[in-house]
Amino acid sequence: MTESQPAELSPEEKAALEAGQARLASPVVRSGMFGTHTTGDTSGYGGLQVRRRAPLSSQPPYGSYFDEVADALGSALEASGLSLGEAVERVVVAFGEMTLHVRREYLLEVARKLRDTPALAFELSSGVSGVHYPEETGSELRAVYHLTSITHNRRLRLEVSAPDADPHIPSVVSIYPTCDWHERETWDFFGIIFDGHPALTRIEMPDDWKGHPQRKDYPLGGIEVEYRGAKVPPPNERRSYA
Amino acid sequence: MTEGRVYTVGGQDWDEVVAAADEMGEQPSSERLIVNMGPQHPSTHGVLRLILTLDGETVTELRPVIGYLHTGIEKNMEFRTWTQGVTFCTRMDYLSPMFNETAYCLAVEKLLGITDQIPQRASVIRVLMMELNRIASHMMAVGTFGMELGATTVFLYGLREREKVLDLFELISGLRMNHAYIRPGGVAQDLPSGALERLREFLAVMPRQMSELRALLDASPVYLARTKDIATLDLTGCMSLGVTGPVLRATGLPWDLRKSQPYCGYETYEFDVPTQDTADAYGRYLIRMDEVDQSLRIIEQCVDRLSATRPANDPVMIANAKIGWPAQLAVGTDGMGNSPDHIAHIMGQSMEALIHHFKLVTEGFRVPEGQVYAAIESPRGELGCHVVSDGGTRPYRVHFRDPSFTNLQSVSVMSEGGLVADVIAAVASIDPVMGGVDR
Repeated sequence: MTESQPAELSPEEKAALEAGQARLASPVVRSGMFGTHTTGDTSGYGGLQVRRRAPLSSQPPYGSYFDEVADALGSALEASGLSLGEAVERVVVAFGEMTLHVRREYLLEVARKLRDTPALAFELSSGVSGVHYPEETGSELRAVYHLTSITHNRRLRLEVSAPDADPHIPSVVSIYPTCDWHERETWDFFGIIFDGHPALTRIEMPDDWKGHPQRKDYPLGGIEVEYRGAKVPPPNERRSYA
Repeated sequence: MTEGRVYTVGGQDWDEVVAAADEMGEQPSSERLIVNMGPQHPSTHGVLRLILTLDGETVTELRPVIGYLHTGIEKNMEFRTWTQGVTFCTRMDYLSPMFNETAYCLAVEKLLGITDQIPQRASVIRVLMMELNRIASHMMAVGTFGMELGATTVFLYGLREREKVLDLFELISGLRMNHAYIRPGGVAQDLPSGALERLREFLAVMPRQMSELRALLDASPVYLARTKDIATLDLTGCMSLGVTGPVLRATGLPWDLRKSQPYCGYETYEFDVPTQDTADAYGRYLIRMDEVDQSLRIIEQCVDRLSATRPANDPVMIANAKIGWPAQLAVGTDGMGNSPDHIAHIMGQSMEALIHHFKLVTEGFRVPEGQVYAAIESPRGELGCHVVSDGGTRPYRVHFRDPSFTNLQSVSVMSEGGLVADVIAAVASIDPVMGGVDR
């Protein structure tokens, strides 16, 4: 960066320097503060730039029962000619919970192994929850699956991402039938298309609703509603108090 | 969309329906009758619409339609602070508000990493409120079940017992529903004076009232005929459809998160997990009644613990001033909740306390980036709360895995092939609350 840099750097310092440079090169998520950008900004925070943090990733050993889960899944996948690293993008262990970020093309294989391998036995699915990260280009839409193994009394989370431009994720209804309504809900609210779902229709919003309300680019309120052919203006425009 | 002839049944036109059914009987047997039940129907537990395909009295296909009570609670929570979120989620499943609040608070506390710092007394009060709520919810479930099958006395008995719990809620939290009583970090308020006595009175009368209710139902031939071997769903069905709660325990699997994955200190209470092996509507009813007995046991232990500790030494809100909202509000002369001690403290004694108060109330606290899933055993099954934080003062995403939503999927499996009258029993035995289904 500057010429005053010492020639010899210890490995830790080098790593820290690289991490810092990577961070400076990462895209800006948010800039400014308090909404001031002009000369009125006496706080100096107007020039603040918050950059996106690198995605979290944990390395083994993960602790708790998480290593056993990872090993059992790895050997189960190897039996069908896959490796854990191929199917699972990264593993995150945080807050005492394990998240497997599964590549969407391998989701069905991973889910089937998780359910059917006796050492894993994740029999119960607690459904799908969608999350929308508009800043994370290429993986804006996420489907999050929570699984429970009653046999081993364990929990596990799968996270699958899809880009906004191609919002397709394979449906797990054939493996966990309980995800039927959950996937419909996630389609309804986020616009994720679950390929292979028996009847992917809206579930909470009316059938002819436009847009997917839980996405971050969808406003809270201010939406005109059509009811029996008549237009009902958004609540904040229904009356004038002039 | 609509094929064939359409008859609108609006009441007092039974002759027309009978004539139409006769007419259909003369036509080829492939002619099916499609009946729209709901969304405004007294037996559908709120606004649930069922589209039934009938062959005579037999249901060949049942399709539930939901969404009539969708209020966008999850979306709204993204626009409020972490503490204000409680006020929203308590309104989802309106028959078990304490569970909604607790699930959300446990998730937020997990993200904050303060699960171990929640005061003991707050956890005991949480358990107390949840178990009281379980009784109220089960009484409503059994009562409406009775009414939907034609037994109005059961409904009155059920609501009478529920009223006792609501009175206790009003005494403790100030409200009968929509409490927002359990907050991240603890609870909003310690028990008022006299609450423990009222709880003991409640514990004394409930067993007798419960046996009155059981005397009406347990062996009633009419009730047995309407519930035994009706709406069965076996363990495999429950597992694949993600069904939890009394419906799952009626298949014989003692899966109760209070035992298997304890939270709020449930591992320190003595109670049993009732099961049945009938997998039918009657088994689910028996489990609900047994669970009320177990809840009474837990409440008794809570009352003992609360009488052993002294409020002055045991706060009900976390000591961390950056998270803990002022607890111990009293109703002032203007009818608003207020705390003269707290105001004296922040306005006259401590500058830091004033800053903390101001920051907490205007901006709220920040929660570390990440995602967690907290699950608790609600009266209807696993109530999960998936919370995602981006490190800000408001949730990035909150999703509730409501047991009513998931369990309601199984109503088709329970009803298809059965009689149309048993659809009512199937829906009632799942005990769905549409506020929770649609959120």
